[in-house]
Amino acid sequence: MSLTADQVRWVAHLARLELSEADLAKLTEQLSAIVDYVGQLQSVNTDGVEPLAHPLPIHNVFREDEPHVPLPVEAALANAPDRHGGFYGVPAVLD
Amino acid sequence: MADLPYRIVIGLEVHVQLLTKTKLFCGCPNRFGLPPNSATCPVCIGMPGVLPVMNRRAFELALKAALALNCQIAAFTKWDRKNYYYPDLPKNYQISQYDLPFSYDGWLEISTATGPKRVRIIRVHLEEDAGKMLHDEQGGGRDSLVDLNRAGTPLLEIVSHPDMSTPEEAKAYLEEIRLMLRELEVSDCEMQEGSLRCDANVNIHVPLAGGGHAATPIVEVKNLNSFRSVERAIRYEAQRQYEEFQKTGKKLGEVPKATAGWDENRGITVVQRRKEEASDYRYFPEPDLVPVEVDDAWRERIRASLGELPAQQRRRLQEQYGLSAYDANVLTSQGRAMVAYFETVSGKCGDPKAACNWITNKLLAVAKTQGSGNGGPFALPAEHLADLIAEQKAMGLTKQISEELFDLMVGEGLTAKEAIERKGIKPVASADELLAIVRRAIAANPKAVADFKKGKTAAAQAIKGAVMKETKGTAKPDLVQQLVMDELQKV
Ligand SMILES: [Zn+2]
Repeated sequence: MSLTADQVRWVAHLARLELSEADLAKLTEQLSAIVDYVGQLQSVNTDGVEPLAHPLPIHNVFREDEPHVPLPVEAALANAPDRHGGFYGVPAVLD
Repeated sequence: MADLPYRIVIGLEVHVQLLTKTKLFCGCPNRFGLPPNSATCPVCIGMPGVLPVMNRRAFELALKAALALNCQIAAFTKWDRKNYYYPDLPKNYQISQYDLPFSYDGWLEISTATGPKRVRIIRVHLEEDAGKMLHDEQGGGRDSLVDLNRAGTPLLEIVSHPDMSTPEEAKAYLEEIRLMLRELEVSDCEMQEGSLRCDANVNIHVPLAGGGHAATPIVEVKNLNSFRSVERAIRYEAQRQYEEFQKTGKKLGEVPKATAGWDENRGITVVQRRKEEASDYRYFPEPDLVPVEVDDAWRERIRASLGELPAQQRRRLQEQYGLSAYDANVLTSQGRAMVAYFETVSGKCGDPKAACNWITNKLLAVAKTQGSGNGGPFALPAEHLADLIAEQKAMGLTKQISEELFDLMVGEGLTAKEAIERKGIKPVASADELLAIVRRAIAANPKAVADFKKGKTAAAQAIKGAVMKETKGTAKPDLVQQLVMDELQKV
């Protein structure tokens, strides 16, 4: 397998996911399979090929600095699991 | 600073919010102080299926700032996703720039105690800001609150080389950025409101007995909310690293880079955690935005709009008007409008030094005590100040009388001529007239004359005072002095 359990544990930590040891073993296998699959691209010789920044051959798409009407506060907060007045409420974060 | 047993090495990462009407990728208002979550839309709160579109004005303001910072402008630039999970980032990634920033390799000239110094700029890139978190500091364990009004507003990140070696230089660099970007109307750079933010990368070089030096591990100091806290935090952190180095001997590269928070109340830095490495952010190209190409014409059009920048202004004020470096800096630091005001006064009265003195000693003091209301320092039109300076010379007015006239002009909105009339000041037409007044004063003060004759030279002051009173201060003090002494000798 191309990934170790520790690597997957670290990526899970970065995504703020808590994994059981059983899930960790399963995901390590599955993620390894994905990485290996994509890894086949490594066998292509890309010498002298410009890295592709975007698949579309267009650039400089802008909008003018004109305001639109924002969402009403009630609509913005409609999906929030928790709120305090006009704020979203989230579990205490002490970084 | 020279007394420290180490050299401080400082690089700054500065974030400035751009003065656009709308956010970077949507039309929501970009304004400080709106009610929480009243300036959001599906794009900036990360709803599925939405697409960002770049704000042209934001990109042009960014170009302006980068050119003012003497940066190279990339002909081709793109945006990337920086992935991390935090409640103030609804998409779970920030649209930023990774390997192809729109500008790089610049420099900013700052004025230091030992003259101008160049601080090199590594890169300037354009990204979106995150929302704002409010933590319940007392309640302990209660919820945190999230306001997404700021999420998606345009933010410029300016990264310097570690070219600053004192806390004062770091402050000067920040002040120069603020002055320049305010004058260019790129940002209002209010540290209190967070439109100018700064993180400092700090380490120290400790000389070794056998020659050379040891470098300590770099710490990134965050939460610097004022110019003063930038200076204090760097000074504190350098000393903390020195003491730690004495204990552990740990050098750069031997421990991971750390971040520290500045605690303003306790006046200390608190080292927090291992900093996430760039690869932990799993950057990849933003597929929802197409790249931007900047051709020569566009770049030069923006460059032509910059006008005279502070460093050029300081130099010109010294060369063209013969001002000292100090005076040139005081005027420049007040902004372009003040420099223009100075040039009008100086041009009209023909005395740059006097114009500068009046502005720095009197006008700025008035502006300070009266605040920015009534036009602030420009409450007195430049032409009127020029007239006052001209009258002061022509009529030989004393400094005190002139300043009283100045106050009257500012207070009542009068011209110099009107103020002179109001105070009833008449010019002393001729030396003959003045001589007559001196003689009258001598005749009217026999006691002072007698004292003078007995050798009390100070008694001459009484005569002089009488003359000044009679002339309402319009006579030149040194001329009066001379006439009084001459006439007393003759008595
Ligand atoms: Zn929006």
